[in-house]
Amino acid sequence: MNSRLLNRLAISLIVACAVVMVGTLAALLGYILYQGVSQISWSFLTSDSSAFQAGGGIKNQLWNSFYILFITMLLTVPLGTAGGIYLAEYAKQTRFTAFIRSCVEVLASLPSIVVGMFGLLVFVNYFNWEYSILSGAVALTVFNLPVIVRVTENALCSVSEEQRAAGLALGMTQWHTIKKVFLPAAFPGILTGVILCAGRVFGESAALLFTAGLSSPNLDFTNWNPLSANSPLNLFRSAETLSVHIWSVNSVGIIPDAKEVAAGAAAVLVISVLTFNLVARLLGRIVEKKMTGK
Amino acid sequence: MSPLCPVYTIKSRKGVCKMAFKGQQDSLSLASKTGGRLIREGFSFKNILQKNGELRGKIIILTSAFFIIAATMAITLFLTLQGLRAFTVDGINIIDFITGTEWQPNRDGNPSYGALPFIFGSFAVTVLAALVAAPIGIASALFMTEIARKWGQKALQPVIEILVGIPSVVYGLIGLSVIVPFIRSQTGGLGFGLLAGAIVVGIMILPTVTSIAADAIKSVPDDLRHASYALGATKWQTIYKVIIPAALPSLLTAVVLGMARAFGEALAVQMVIGNARGIPDSLVDPAATLTTIITLSMGHTTSGSVLNDVLWSLGLILLVMSYVFILIIRYLSKRRKLS
Repeated sequence: MNSRLLNRLAISLIVACAVVMVGTLAALLGYILYQGVSQISWSFLTSDSSAFQAGGGIKNQLWNSFYILFITMLLTVPLGTAGGIYLAEYAKQTRFTAFIRSCVEVLASLPSIVVGMFGLLVFVNYFNWEYSILSGAVALTVFNLPVIVRVTENALCSVSEEQRAAGLALGMTQWHTIKKVFLPAAFPGILTGVILCAGRVFGESAALLFTAGLSSPNLDFTNWNPLSANSPLNLFRSAETLSVHIWSVNSVGIIPDAKEVAAGAAAVLVISVLTFNLVARLLGRIVEKKMTGK
Repeated sequence: MSPLCPVYTIKSRKGVCKMAFKGQQDSLSLASKTGGRLIREGFSFKNILQKNGELRGKIIILTSAFFIIAATMAITLFLTLQGLRAFTVDGINIIDFITGTEWQPNRDGNPSYGALPFIFGSFAVTVLAALVAAPIGIASALFMTEIARKWGQKALQPVIEILVGIPSVVYGLIGLSVIVPFIRSQTGGLGFGLLAGAIVVGIMILPTVTSIAADAIKSVPDDLRHASYALGATKWQTIYKVIIPAALPSLLTAVVLGMARAFGEALAVQMVIGNARGIPDSLVDPAATLTTIITLSMGHTTSGSVLNDVLWSLGLILLVMSYVFILIIRYLSKRRKLS
């Protein structure tokens, strides 16, 4: 075949593939939002879910998702950034460092259901936390830590060498340089990464199945005592999140309007994740502008 | 990481700092003759830590490193121990377990635990998903980096990032409400099966494959491209004969990473695969994977029962496979460095 013709053919095929990918995303988002947005109403967002009747809402699931996200981030962000700082700034090329890197790699590539099983064994059964928000959040921390570590490491590595030298030349200790020079310089990058990560945690389901449970008590939003059983703040109650709810109404649930509930919940989930995405970009850009003064 | 020179600077600087501290201490010890209490406060543990920020920083940071190591070791250890129970405590033959095709854990008198259908299902979904995702992903990466360098990146990068962020259950839901009915209408069967699972997971891993492949192609030096064009090669000839061979190990890494994700995906697959117990006869026959059977059965078993132990063994297979994927990726990256 003529090489020009082949060239043209191959390139149109490549373009077609790219179009397929963009088309898939557009179709996916369009479908979810088109099907789901009509289901979303104030009462859908603010009523308890029902176990076998039609007309249940997602109030508790929505709250649980955000609450677990919050607790997970509370645990992950300090640990993860510290780990990233260690790998980017302190770690020398030793076996120990290589070992930590391998551990990060292993943790990052574990299937989330394996993390869930580990959580079931250790947090739920061994520590006797039962199916609870705490078990779920700690399992997600294990799952999420390597991502934050990498985000931090990458952000720190992209800080310019001049800033490093300048900090040290002022006679500051290494830790002080990191705290006062690197972390501010890398902050936009870390922030963006962390928020994107939050989107991931928000949609995670398999790891929560065996740790946070498949049911949620009907929460009493006037009771903010963290020790009472149906308080939204209680760490030791079972908590079904939004994404687990989507799965369970389709797979193990028996409510007649499963399809509508799932569509509505999926739309809420996708809108939240898109919001995280958007906020991450905007905030990253704004913070960077402020910090660099450009 | 940090170059040697600044490290030395710090060390010498630290020495200077310490000397400065000594001067302070002298004046403090003078104060001690007048009022003892102040001194003891000055040398409390907390205060030493505050003065020596370097030490405090190191402690914070090492805690994190320790936590990462502990989590990895604990997961590996607990899953291995728990996963081997079925063979050591319950006396199930490991070969029968891996090669058995009959999964009848609840049959009275003679329960049988053959995991082959699930192992087969997992591998089938993974390979098929890679077949869906690899060509489209690599082609999209080529589009971004070779064909439309200026705006391709700008147009596709956000698409990839959004696709990565969409939760897996949402993919499963799409599969359940679009792909399964579509396959049903085309083939007449149930629609649930390996094909539906592979398409759902394939779309799911597409962004992962694309973004890593794009990075790989971008890192091919421009000299190679220029040389190829100077020889009169067309764009496609350059891509096919120069760029793809040069980036091959990294492209394979992209596909393997995608496969690792596909192998471990649970809920999205569970929603569309049909959850049968045997080895499927065709692509549109209901099947099951390691993750789906764990998802469905784990909650109904009591810890310590034989079925529970067997499910842990299936989990152990997942763990072992994720280590295998890591080893493959390591091997590929070694080749990348050699080439």
